[in-house]
Amino acid sequence: MFKLLDGPQTLGRGWTFWSCFLAVLAAALIYPVFADSYDVGNFSYFLIWVFMALGLCLMWGYGGMLSFGQTFFFGISGYAYGVLAINMGGGSTTIAALMLSVIIAMIAAGILGYFMIWGGISGIFFGIVTLSATLVLAFFLGQTAGPEWHIGTARLNGFNGMKGMDPLTIGDFYIEGSALYYVMVALIVIVYIALRMLVNSRIGNVIVATRENPQRAEMLGYDVRKYQLLTFVIGSGLAGLSGALYTSWGQFITPSSIGLPAAAMPIVWVAFSGRSDLTATLVGSFLLLFGFQTITVYSQQAALVLMGTLLLATVMLAPQGFVLGVGKLVVDRWTGRRRRDANSTLADTGRLQSDEA
Amino acid sequence: MALVDVKGVTKRFGGLTAVSDVDLTINAGEVHCLIGPNGAGKSTLFKLIVGLYPPTKGSIFFDSIDITDERPFARVQRGLSIKMQAPSVFKELPVRQNIQIALQARFSGAERDVEEERLLALLDLAPESGKLAGTLSHGQQQWLEIGMALALQPQLLLLDEPTAGMSPEETFKTGELIKSFNAEGMTILVVEHDMAFVRQIAQRVTVLHLGKIFARGGLETIIQDEKVAEIYLGKTHAH
Repeated sequence: MFKLLDGPQTLGRGWTFWSCFLAVLAAALIYPVFADSYDVGNFSYFLIWVFMALGLCLMWGYGGMLSFGQTFFFGISGYAYGVLAINMGGGSTTIAALMLSVIIAMIAAGILGYFMIWGGISGIFFGIVTLSATLVLAFFLGQTAGPEWHIGTARLNGFNGMKGMDPLTIGDFYIEGSALYYVMVALIVIVYIALRMLVNSRIGNVIVATRENPQRAEMLGYDVRKYQLLTFVIGSGLAGLSGALYTSWGQFITPSSIGLPAAAMPIVWVAFSGRSDLTATLVGSFLLLFGFQTITVYSQQAALVLMGTLLLATVMLAPQGFVLGVGKLVVDRWTGRRRRDANSTLADTGRLQSDEA
Repeated sequence: MALVDVKGVTKRFGGLTAVSDVDLTINAGEVHCLIGPNGAGKSTLFKLIVGLYPPTKGSIFFDSIDITDERPFARVQRGLSIKMQAPSVFKELPVRQNIQIALQARFSGAERDVEEERLLALLDLAPESGKLAGTLSHGQQQWLEIGMALALQPQLLLLDEPTAGMSPEETFKTGELIKSFNAEGMTILVVEHDMAFVRQIAQRVTVLHLGKIFARGGLETIIQDEKVAEIYLGKTHAH
């Protein structure tokens, strides 16, 4: 298991990295003790979006599939949570609603992904089709204002959005405030570790090989379509997790959380952070969301302009991502010093161990 | 015994017939070279066998099983392994990881580690194992791809111009490697331009010309065939 965590597909390995990881985790865990409830709630809100960013990182950075459909699955899952939570009566059933809504998003990803991947859609056309699906869903939901648009007792409500669903609840206990924050932190740790193990596993090897040269990967006997579909379903499922958590956090969801501006955001977060590394995406997305929210308090327009500027700056100055670039610089400096000290070789660091499987 | 049987295969691209009604048999255990001048249809026939192109007409059998409609990965799983004409490696990944990705399809655990080291040593790539594959020389990338193809332990190894861009020394070494694989029982089909290399390795030769089989037979028979010399080798080179 440890070999999978420290594999060649992820930046940061060894006791230094994991010590820093544990220190950051410890700081995150004690944060609510010192912060006021408003800030804790805001942090929970930032963390909601990190799942979507990690999903896109897996698809785009590791799998080579640029999907503009993260908010499509976010929306499907978000609305599904609302419909299920309202119709199932709230309370503890919200936990089942959360899980079911993520599964619904994954099934939708499986269907859309099957037609795209088996249909041979790749490259820029993958982005175009997923963006089209996103815009169609946003447009459709915007036209559901009439009373005839309901699923059970849940009204879709057009641009005003769906509301009235319970937050996540266990018994009589609403998972809100600090409790929600701790749930978010736990989920992020689980998802991050699981994705790290996935990309460093045999499956991850094939996912990366497919990104690099799909024909060569197929010539090694791998049905690359299955690996691409798996990647798409997992990445989209994580967007679905963000969607369901978002709806349960705010107890509402509107079509604007699916449309074009929203769909572009994950691309900016992941591009700026460094699409080819999970840790860079985790850190970078959180920082960007924090910065975006801080600036939005003063001017939403300025925040959007900043996002656009950051995307341009990333394309021009650091195509591999700013956070990843800084991370690699730190790692190179660190490993370079250690190498001089211990006279070790770089070749050994990329080695997969036999007992990983 | 025929390992590969190509029966009446034709491939058309619009109005161009690249391969026309070709019958080809590759026997188990032989090194079979496919030669011909530029535009003869060698690479097209190679891609038809591999599954990169569907034939317009005809059938392809591997080990007596009709594989005409199978995708490339399914053919590889049956025991084919391919090295493409241009080096086709994972350029942004380390050399060692390239080999690992190929090996993990067949091996796991300590067995994979042993095979990994054996292949890296065999191909003189052990010192380069930590480098990105894209930073290797052209010849080294060719060897790396051959190593990835070998990692699958195929029944049939298909090599499309395996020595393109190699120095004479590297070419000779590649020929010796191919002969050693064949000595272990591997069937090998090679598409090649370099006649010196063909002389080094071939047991049987098929000559393609204008998309059709022009001649076939043992190496000496083909070399001494005046018509082959005329269309391909050039009379001065044939003697």
